[in-house]
Amino acid sequence: MAASVAVAGAQHLSSVSDLVPDWARQEVSTGTTIMAVEFDGGVVIGADSRTTTGAYIANRVTDKLTPIHDRIFCCRSGSAADTQAIADAVTYQLGFHSIELDEPPLVRTAANLFKEMCYRYREELMAGIIVAGWDKRRGGQVYTVPMGGMLVRQPVSVGGSGSSYVYGFVDSNYRSGMSKEECLRFVAEALTLAMERDGSSGGVARLAVITEEGLERRVILGNELPKFFSA
Amino acid sequence: MALSYTVESPSPGFNFENSTRNVVFEALLNEGKSKAPSPLKTGTTIAGVVCKDGVVLGADTRATSSEVVADKMCAKIHHIAPNIYCCGAGTAADTKQMTDLLASNLSIFTMNSGRNPRVVMAMQILQDMLFRYRGQIGANLILGGVDCTGNHLYTVGPYGDMDKVQYLAMGSGDLAAMGILEDGFKPSMELESAKKLVRDAIHSGIMSDLGSGNNIDICVITRQGVDYIRPYEESAYKDK
Repeated sequence: MAASVAVAGAQHLSSVSDLVPDWARQEVSTGTTIMAVEFDGGVVIGADSRTTTGAYIANRVTDKLTPIHDRIFCCRSGSAADTQAIADAVTYQLGFHSIELDEPPLVRTAANLFKEMCYRYREELMAGIIVAGWDKRRGGQVYTVPMGGMLVRQPVSVGGSGSSYVYGFVDSNYRSGMSKEECLRFVAEALTLAMERDGSSGGVARLAVITEEGLERRVILGNELPKFFSA
Repeated sequence: MALSYTVESPSPGFNFENSTRNVVFEALLNEGKSKAPSPLKTGTTIAGVVCKDGVVLGADTRATSSEVVADKMCAKIHHIAPNIYCCGAGTAADTKQMTDLLASNLSIFTMNSGRNPRVVMAMQILQDMLFRYRGQIGANLILGGVDCTGNHLYTVGPYGDMDKVQYLAMGSGDLAAMGILEDGFKPSMELESAKKLVRDAIHSGIMSDLGSGNNIDICVITRQGVDYIRPYEESAYKDK
């Protein structure tokens, strides 16, 4: 019988745990930086691309911006497995709902579906999600559903482990009425600052712009990120 | 978990808590005269690479039970469908069961619908099953195959997380193998170069990891068919 690897959860001091490297036991987490900003006509969303298993980077080019519907995306942070499963479930529910209604779903609806799942299973799940998109009724919207299952709409929202390092930057630099290009630069700069300081965030910066016309995705490679002072 | 409303983020960065514990242990052991035993690693090296004409999967053939090699010619590359194969690392029983279940499900699907299964479908089923068991099934799987939409390589972890990648290594020897893959991978490689790269990656895992060893198996999946070369390379230390 071959040896086992997965010991779920906390570390033990027994000899069994010596046989398995630390990072193999940890659950895969998107310790991360995610961000979304509303502008007149749509939203700009962004995320880093690092997925970690303890101290090992399991995937350095992760895509944490997940499409839920044609004009609705979610940014995932927390446990990779939990957020992928939640996003899959909500994609199914929203798709079904949209077909029943015979019209594109509201961003508010998608956010509510996330909230229902995250709140109901709050003890079992570890997921911090930002839902963002465009719909005909309210235009570009950003809703944040942090761990615990709260739902609130914000003009700009940051999440993940790297967000703590950029609250100051976001609060001082955000102005309402920014254009699409200004929002893109704002998000790119905030992500860069967070990736510089947070060990669990890094890799490339993935951005997306969602408007009535459609979707535009961009990738900013590590060496092309905006440059800041580094000690 | 969260009982009051606080946003709990996972702690980032490296964790050096065990260094102080190790120092205390070593001091305790025979009053510092003998050293603490070094950690034993067990497991596997598996790797996969997407190339121009298909997907190449590779694995070592050692199965261990603590420090004893239980099986020197273990088959870690499992057949899922004629165009989809899966390498498994972790608990041998778990990987075998998951892949067998998946294979049966997909063959029923093929008979029902008259269509060949797609790799994304196999991945979705695996992810669903593993997520439901909340990490209790210790299976780290690399799923590779060729279907009408192209050449695909996926990894699925025990908690149900998946990644779609161009090259990957898993198992206890994955750090060593990843080094080789990161250095040698190029997009749209030729088949022969991809086979050599995977062989080098598994070889590196075998050399640098105690839990990996013996022979190297390679499985090449292309539109034309599958070439399951077992063994691709025999161990230099095979008994005569």
